[in-house]
Amino acid sequence: MERVHRGVTNAVNTGAGRAARPARTRRNPFAGTGGALALALPMWLVFALFFLLPLAVTVIVSFWEFTQYSIEPAFILRNYADLFDGCLEDLPYLCTTLKTYLSTLKFCFLVWLTTLILGFTIAYFLAFHVRTLPMQVTLFLICTIPFWTSIVIRMIAWIPLLGRNGLVNQALIGMGVTDAPLEWLLYSDFSVILALTHLYALFMVVPIYNSMMRIDPALIEAAVDSGASGLQTLTNVIVPLAKPGIIIGSIFVVTIVMGDFLTIGIMGGQQIASVGKRIQTEIQYLQFPIAAANAVMLLVAVMLAISALLRMVDIRKEL
Amino acid sequence: MTDGSRPRSFYVLAAFFTLFALFLWGPLFAIVALSFQGPDGGLVFPMNGLSLHWFRVLWSGQGSVDISGAFFRSFRLALVVMVLTVVISVMAGLAFRHRFPGAMLLLYVAIASLIVPSIVVSLGIGLEFRLIDGWIKTWPFDWVQRSFVTLLGTFTSGLGAHLTWTLPFGLLIMFAVFNRFNPAYEEAARDLGASRWQTFRFVTLPIIAPFLIGVAVFGFTLSWDELARSSQVMGSSNTLPMQLAALTTTVTTPEIYALATVTTGASLALVAILLGIAWVLRRRQGRG
Repeated sequence: MERVHRGVTNAVNTGAGRAARPARTRRNPFAGTGGALALALPMWLVFALFFLLPLAVTVIVSFWEFTQYSIEPAFILRNYADLFDGCLEDLPYLCTTLKTYLSTLKFCFLVWLTTLILGFTIAYFLAFHVRTLPMQVTLFLICTIPFWTSIVIRMIAWIPLLGRNGLVNQALIGMGVTDAPLEWLLYSDFSVILALTHLYALFMVVPIYNSMMRIDPALIEAAVDSGASGLQTLTNVIVPLAKPGIIIGSIFVVTIVMGDFLTIGIMGGQQIASVGKRIQTEIQYLQFPIAAANAVMLLVAVMLAISALLRMVDIRKEL
Repeated sequence: MTDGSRPRSFYVLAAFFTLFALFLWGPLFAIVALSFQGPDGGLVFPMNGLSLHWFRVLWSGQGSVDISGAFFRSFRLALVVMVLTVVISVMAGLAFRHRFPGAMLLLYVAIASLIVPSIVVSLGIGLEFRLIDGWIKTWPFDWVQRSFVTLLGTFTSGLGAHLTWTLPFGLLIMFAVFNRFNPAYEEAARDLGASRWQTFRFVTLPIIAPFLIGVAVFGFTLSWDELARSSQVMGSSNTLPMQLAALTTTVTTPEIYALATVTTGASLALVAILLGIAWVLRRRQGRG
């Protein structure tokens, strides 16, 4: 076979020099380890220069000293010690750092819960109740298009609705539910959670929908035929099979909320603490080593959360 | 398909979906509507008149917002990020069709780049460039001493920061594309004597082109809207989202809604154009 191919190759290929080159026995145009390495090189370069090296620099600088004007190479643990200054002595009262982490975790958990409930329900509806593909695509686009707009705009879009004289308060007062406008609608924990859910619900919908579309309908039929109720089918067949999507979506949402400083800043009226916001403040005061130490701690927290979630799923299989 | 009987759960879920869509779209409709108010308009409903006043204020640059610099800077950056994301992702996607040393590591690095908090990445790149600046300033050249300020900038550290955000998406899309790719077409091309480049240019590329538009959409929109990773790496010049975030605390007129309407319109228009191109490409494929 190979010989025949070679003959054809030489006959067809009239380009000078090309015909003289021995025909390759490999079938793929980019075969060969060297070729693959070269093709992967640009991506490696970007990640090395703008991701791996910066992370290394962050870890290194977290051990450095700093003055008001400069940062100096050193190896001190004071930045970390400062982070947890007084945390042990103050127990059972929480020090600022622990409070900040707890507050961040609280937002993580609540936003994870709301996006999971929303994401699962929407994905379930799209995957199992919408029967035609064009309809699925249309409804999917309805969910997706708002996510192509700026996150800042999607945050400030809540102001005319939730503000003191906003639409919601006007409606509530008009209906006689309340006399005075509700103050906790905007610049509060509530508005932060609402905005984060609004911003990142799609990150749950897409992976869960993707997992659900792979469920063999025969399995659901089998469950129904065996006498399972709707709820039993849901909890015993669909949820376990959609688990990879649930976990991928959870990783996205949890890590985004853990490092968030923008939404908590803008929707919290710059009054609510989070780890990301604290890092941002430290950077503004040019306290880079402390910010770096804080970033390393945040990274450790995120890695712990992810490794727990990731252990349950092989991401590459899901694509 | 045609049996009319729907379970009751369908109607409950359909209602839920409608509420979800309202939740997603409602706030956007609200600010678009409010941006068309008259000159006396405020930040909340009811609407005060109907005019293009706030767009004129925005356009003339006389209001509290001077946005054109940031707008075009962000646009140029997003275009560069888009092109680089497509090229680098396709190259890496082709590489991943084979075993090569470090393949799994590269995949893990890409996924890590996606989930490491943006503030950490931004701080890291900022620190890295600060250290490089410090090192360059020790060079014993006259022009360095006299005129060098910093390497931090939109198209150095800023571009790199955006690529760490867009490339993982690009790579994952390329995985999905090549997982469903039939290599028989390439084999046929090779058998007919096409060179590696010819095979890629005339066989592989046309087949994957519609999906590359998807990568381009991701590359452009992710960069255009990117804020968290930009925060420490843009040097002295802001991008549009940074400018917008700063304005949220200072602007108290519907001008900011007009700006939001324009920005949203721009990104949706570009997405529509790119998807239109993808649609045309697929139709041509279907015919060919």
